[in-house]
Amino acid sequence: MAQKTIEEIMNSEVVLSIKDLVIKFNLRGQELTAIRGASLDLHKGESLAIVGESGSGKSVLNKSFMGLLDSNGRIESGSIMYNGQDLAKFKTEEDWIKIRGKEIAMVFQDPMTSLNPLKAIGKQVQESIELHQNLKGEEAKKLAVEILNDVGISEPERRYKQYPHEFSGGMRQRVVIATAVACNPNILICDEPTTALDVTIQAQILQLLKNLQDKYNLTIIYITHDLGVVANVADRIAVMYAGDIIEIGSSEEVFFDPKHPYTWALLSSLPQLGVKGEALYSIKGTPPNLFKEIKGDAFAPRNPHALKIDFVERPPYFEVTPTHKARTWLLDPRAPKVEPPPLVKKMQELYIEAGDKVE
Amino acid sequence: MNNKEKLLEVKNLRVEFGKKNKKFVAVNDVSFDIYKGETFGLVGESGSGKTTIGRAIIRINPAASGEVIYKGKKISGQIDKELDKELTREIQMIFQDPMASLNERAKVDYIVSEGLYNLKNYGSEEERKKKVEQALLDVGLLPEFASRFPHEFSGGQRQRIGIARVLVMEPELVIADEPISALDVSIRAQVINLLDELQKKKGLTYMFIAHDLSVVRFISDRIAVIHKGKIVELAESEALFANPLHPYTRSLLSAIPTPNPRVERNKVIEVYEPEKSHYDYDKNPPHWQEVEPGHFLLANERELTECKIK
Repeated sequence: MAQKTIEEIMNSEVVLSIKDLVIKFNLRGQELTAIRGASLDLHKGESLAIVGESGSGKSVLNKSFMGLLDSNGRIESGSIMYNGQDLAKFKTEEDWIKIRGKEIAMVFQDPMTSLNPLKAIGKQVQESIELHQNLKGEEAKKLAVEILNDVGISEPERRYKQYPHEFSGGMRQRVVIATAVACNPNILICDEPTTALDVTIQAQILQLLKNLQDKYNLTIIYITHDLGVVANVADRIAVMYAGDIIEIGSSEEVFFDPKHPYTWALLSSLPQLGVKGEALYSIKGTPPNLFKEIKGDAFAPRNPHALKIDFVERPPYFEVTPTHKARTWLLDPRAPKVEPPPLVKKMQELYIEAGDKVE
Repeated sequence: MNNKEKLLEVKNLRVEFGKKNKKFVAVNDVSFDIYKGETFGLVGESGSGKTTIGRAIIRINPAASGEVIYKGKKISGQIDKELDKELTREIQMIFQDPMASLNERAKVDYIVSEGLYNLKNYGSEEERKKKVEQALLDVGLLPEFASRFPHEFSGGQRQRIGIARVLVMEPELVIADEPISALDVSIRAQVINLLDELQKKKGLTYMFIAHDLSVVRFISDRIAVIHKGKIVELAESEALFANPLHPYTRSLLSAIPTPNPRVERNKVIEVYEPEKSHYDYDKNPPHWQEVEPGHFLLANERELTECKIK
C-alpha cells in the first residue's frame, strides 16, 4: 500500500477548517479556557494524529465538532467550517444529527463501555446503517455482515448474533470500529483507540484502521498521548499543549526535526529511547492552570530553554517548511541558538540510519 | 548469577479456577527464581496468567500444586501465624489502576497506614504519623497531603500514594502489577524513575508485571515471557532483546511501536499461532531447558534445532 506523500496531502482539499477556536467551560463559578485560539486544517484522505498529555484539550477540540461538548462548555469565538457550514454556530440537536455519524463518526477509547451489553453486536452495526445509509431489513443486515467481515471478525454471520461479553477487548474494539464505519462517514475520529488494549492487539487494530482508510476513503484523526503509537499510522502530527496546537508537521518532520521544546520533552520521555541504568527523561512541573490567563508561551515555566520573552508574549507560528510550523520563540531569527536535547539528536541519527535501510 | 542470593523461588506452580469439568488452568507448571535486589520482569498479554502468578505469590490465589519458597521457607499452602504476619509485611503489591485501587472514602493518612493498623507494628500514634510522613516524602508528595481524599489527586499522584502505602510497610519484595499502564507517557517516566530510585535507596526487589516490552526492558534485569499460563522464555533483558528465540517473544518484540515513522511503515508484525506451527507439540511436547547460560526456553527438539540454526 502506497503511503501518501505530504505534498499530495497538502494539495488535496480541506475538509474541515478550524480557525482561532476558543472554548470555555464554567466550573464551580469559575471560567476555564480549554481551547485557546487553536487553528487546524484537515485535508481529505489524510491521517492526522493529535498528541498531548491529559488535560491538553485534545478530546475537547474533537468533541467540539461532533457537538458533544458538556453542557457547561461553549464555543466563545472562532469558526469550524465543514462543507460550507460553520459548526461553531450550531445550537440545536437537530443541526448536529445531520453531522454526527453521517459526516463525522467517532471510535471511543474503551471498548468495554462503548457497546450496548444487551444488544447483539450485529444489531448495533445494523442500527448505524439504518440510521445513516437509508437501508432497511435484509439489505442493512447484509451490509452489516460485510462490514463485520471487513473489520476482521471471522464467521460474521454467526457472530452477528453474539453479545459484547462474548468478545475479547481487541475484538470488541473491532466491533466499535465497525459501528463507526457503518455510518459511512467522511471523517473518523479515533480517541485513544488502543490505549485500553495489549501491545500485540494494538498493532493489529492500527493496521486495521489503515486498511479501512483505503477501502472507505476515510479521513482519520487519531487522538493519543503516546507519540510512539502514531509513527506507524499518521501522515501528519499536531502536538497540543494547554489548549493550543504548538507544533504541526509531517510525521517525519515532527519525529526527526522537532522544533518546540515541548515536543522535545514528549519524545525524550518515550521509554523506547531510554538508556538502561540512567533515569528516564521526565517533564518537570505540571501543566498550567487553565482557570488563569496564560501569558506568553504556556510551556515556559517547565521549559529549561525558556527565553525572557516566553514569559511575556505568546509566540506566533514560525514556518520551518511549508508543511511544518511551530509556536516557539526559539525559531525567531533573533533567538539564541539552542541545541535540542541529546535524545532528540539520537532520533535524527536514527533517521539517517533508517533512511539508508529503506533506500 | 549463581553467587546471588535467591529471595523467591517458584517451583512448578499451578493455579486453577473453577471446579471439575469447568476447571480452568490459569498458570501451568511455572518455575523461576527472583534474586535479591533485582528487577524481574514478567511479560505477556491479557489472560496469559501474569497477574495470577503475582497474586499466587502474595497468597491471594492459592496454588493448586507446586510451591512458592520465600527466603528458603515454603509460603504456599498452610503456614503458621507468625510467618503469615511476616510475609504480609515483607511482600507488597502495587496495583494497576490508581483510580480504582484507593478507597475513595478514606483520607490518604488512613490509606497509607492501613497496613500498619492491620499488623500493629508501630509503637505509638506519633511513630505511625512519622512513618506515614516519611513514606509520603519518599514518593515525592508533601506530608500535608495526608489529610486529603484520593479524588483531589491526579493519576500520577494517586499512583504515588499507592507506592507510599507499600513503602510504609518496609517491604523486601514488591510486586508491581502494570503500575504505569493506566498513566500518560509523561507521567510514566516519573513513576518509573521513582521506582528505580526507591530500589537503589532501599534495596528493594521488584517483580514487574506488564504487557509492554519496551517499558519492561528499560526497568528489568531479567525478563520472563508468559503465554497462556506457561513461561516460554526467560533471559537477561539485553540477551532477550538481542537474541529472542521463542516465536511468541519475537511476535511481542515486533509489536512494540518504534517512534520512527520510516521504520514503522516498513515493519512486518510477526503473529504467533502455535496451532499453525509445524512443531507438532501434541506428539512431541516442549520442555523447559537452558539453551545458553541464563537463557531458558520452552521448546521441543525440533524447535530447538531450528533455533540453533538461526
